[in-house]
This record gives sequence, structure tokens and C-alpha cells, in this order.
Amino acid sequence: MTLSVTDLAITRGGVPVLEGLSFALEPGRALILRGPNGIGKTTLLRTLAGLQPPLAGRVDGAEDTIAYASHSDGLKPTLTVAENLQFWASVFGAKSIQTALDAFALNDLADRHAGNLSAGQKRRLGLSRLLVTGRPIWMLDEPTVSLDRNAVAMFADAVRGHLGQGGSALIATHIDLGLDGEVLDVGPYKAKPKPIDDFDGGFL
Amino acid sequence: MIALLLRDLKLAFRAGGGFGLGLAFFLIVTVLVPFSVGPQSSLLATIAPGVLWLGALLACLLSLDRLLALDWEDGSLDLLATAPLPLESVVTIKALAHWITTGLPLVLAAPVLGVLLNLPGPGYFWLVVSLALGTPALSVIGTFGAALTVGLKRGGLLLSLLVLPLYVPTLIFGAEVARRGATGMETATPLLMLAGITAATIALLPFASAAVLRVNLR
Repeated sequence: MTLSVTDLAITRGGVPVLEGLSFALEPGRALILRGPNGIGKTTLLRTLAGLQPPLAGRVDGAEDTIAYASHSDGLKPTLTVAENLQFWASVFGAKSIQTALDAFALNDLADRHAGNLSAGQKRRLGLSRLLVTGRPIWMLDEPTVSLDRNAVAMFADAVRGHLGQGGSALIATHIDLGLDGEVLDVGPYKAKPKPIDDFDGGFL
Repeated sequence: MIALLLRDLKLAFRAGGGFGLGLAFFLIVTVLVPFSVGPQSSLLATIAPGVLWLGALLACLLSLDRLLALDWEDGSLDLLATAPLPLESVVTIKALAHWITTGLPLVLAAPVLGVLLNLPGPGYFWLVVSLALGTPALSVIGTFGAALTVGLKRGGLLLSLLVLPLYVPTLIFGAEVARRGATGMETATPLLMLAGITAATIALLPFASAAVLRVNLR
């Protein structure tokens, strides 16, 4: 499943942030999004995930193919690790959560309440959700926040495995994951501020 | 869908889930009424159907602000919106879970509390019937209100202001069924109106709730 983006323009809070953005994401490839804070990486990912409409341009191949992981993990503190993961597995129609537990070394924590986990453990649980979605395109927003070096390696392995099975990934991150993916710097696509129209000039 | 329902029920019954909060509130309101209006049993019998309905309605309102707000805060609403479930069924399931944890206990507790207010004998059956028919509408309308105010800080008060006027038709016909039943009058007309309101809200409002939720998630 190829994701192709043509001449996309996106807004945050009604203000255009990126415009004229085009790229294609082929199966088996990873694309790393770079750019300064506030440039619109999160907004781009939310737009591609279908959470908000683009201002202009086309997104093809994103319908029901995207597994989105935002800054927050969507965990319920009073459910256990296994229950949290099992819920998403049922929603996405996955049979077993065992591979996901194994990939992020969550087996020992399976019966702990998610509210008692450390920040990094929560993040690992949040990322393990990607493995039960069965969706071909992963969209990850700063996935390595609060992960230690081991967990980052676990995550990079999971992404590599996903790419190896013909999936693809779009990752907004500032650290080097050791993945052989192209880097897309969205900085040059920054939307130009519109000239302030002079609607009250005559009055003044 | 079943998974979402089970998760919401599990969350409601676990620590801090708020199950029983509405029920306890209903109990306290009903107990306070004789203190405020005096213990004349004839007066209590007259106002019992209306008081019980109003108490049930306010108890229902109490838990609405956490209906979608918690899922919004921890990000799971974003993830649910990108999951294979349509948002229409997500809000329907949320309303159903709210009814099971809030509305249904109120229906079951109402006859017991009717004793405290000296509800006349024939009224018990009609009270339970009217609440059983009316409380699903309260949950569905409440979910719509919760979808409108999701993402607003301190949206609870605004939610009450938005939802209470929408509760008026259900309250009028629900309390009317209970009142007529208690005085031995014909109940068919208000009962049909109440059933119609509930059926219409269940059929239409999930679409409206999903639409406003989509806008609010942007």
C-alpha cells in the first residue's frame, strides 16, 4: 500500500503551517520527518491519519491503512497492561497480543495496572499497540520520548520487522534510530504568511 | 464494539470509575425532599413521581462530564477515531455503557426510594416503566452534550446548561406517565410520546454526536 501525498497544505488552529508538500511512501520504506518545533509535524501526521481535513491537496492510500501513535498513549490506568493491549487487539481484530508483549518486553508487567507503570514502560505499552493493529502504515509522533537506550533498540527492531513484512512507517523524531530511511525535512515547506488585507485601511 | 462496551463497563466498576455515584446522589436527593417539604404523607404522595423523575435526571447528569472527557484526555479518543470502528458506533456504545452503569441502577432503585416518598401503590409499576423507557434517552442526549463539550477545560458546567433543556421533553412525559399511573389514570398517551422521544433520540443523535466529535477532534 503506497501512501502518496500531493501538494498538501495543512492548518493548525486555522493558521496554515505547511503548504506544497508532496511525497510518496512505498511499502518497506521508512520516512523520517524532521523540522523545528512548531513547524507542523504533528499536524501533518494528524491530517494524514484523517483526524483533520487538509486545507488543499490530496492524500491517497491513507483510508483504513494507518496506525497512528500520538504523544499520548491512550492507556487506561485502572486496566492491566494485558487488558489495555487486549482491548486494542479486539478493536483491530488481532488474535493474539503475545507477539506485541514479547517485542517490547512487557511479559513481566502483563498483570500490572497501567497506572503503576513508569513513563518509559507506558510508552512501550503504547508502542506495542502498533503491533496488534495489523495496519500497513505506521505514523509515529516522537515515539522515543522517555524510552531508555534498550527500549529504543527494541522499538527500532519492531519498526525494522514491520518494514521487512512490507509495511511502511512515517516517523517524526529527532534522534537517530539507525533505520535506513529517507529523511524529509519539512522546514522548506513552511506556509508563507498571508499579506494582511487592508480591510479597515479606508476607515482609519 | 463488544470490546469497547466491556472496557467501559470494566473502567466504571474499577476504582475511581464512578459507578454508584449517581445512585448515591439519587438516594440523597430523595431522602432530602421530606426534610425540605415537610412530612405530610399526602403531600409527599402527590409530588413523589415528579421528585423521583427529577432526582433520576439529575443523577444521570452527574456522570456525563467524564463520559468522553477521560478518553479525550488520555488520547484514546484520537486512537478510537482512527480505529476501524465508525465514530457513530463508538458514541452509541458509550451511551449504552453509561445507561448500564447509571440509568439501569436508577430504574432498579426507584421503587425502593418510592417507599420513602409514600408513592401510591399503582404508581410503582408505572414509575419503573417510565424510567426504563426514558433513561436511555437521557444517556443518548447526554452523550451528545459530552461530545459537544469534549476538549473544553471545565466543560462540566457548560455541559449541564446544554443538556438540561434537551432533557425537558423526556422529563415532562416521563413524569406524566408516573403521575398518571400513581393516580390511576390512563397512561397510554404520555407513554407513547415518551417511547417516541427515546426511539427518535437513539436513531438520530448518535450521528449528530459523531459529527460534532469529528469537529472537536481537529
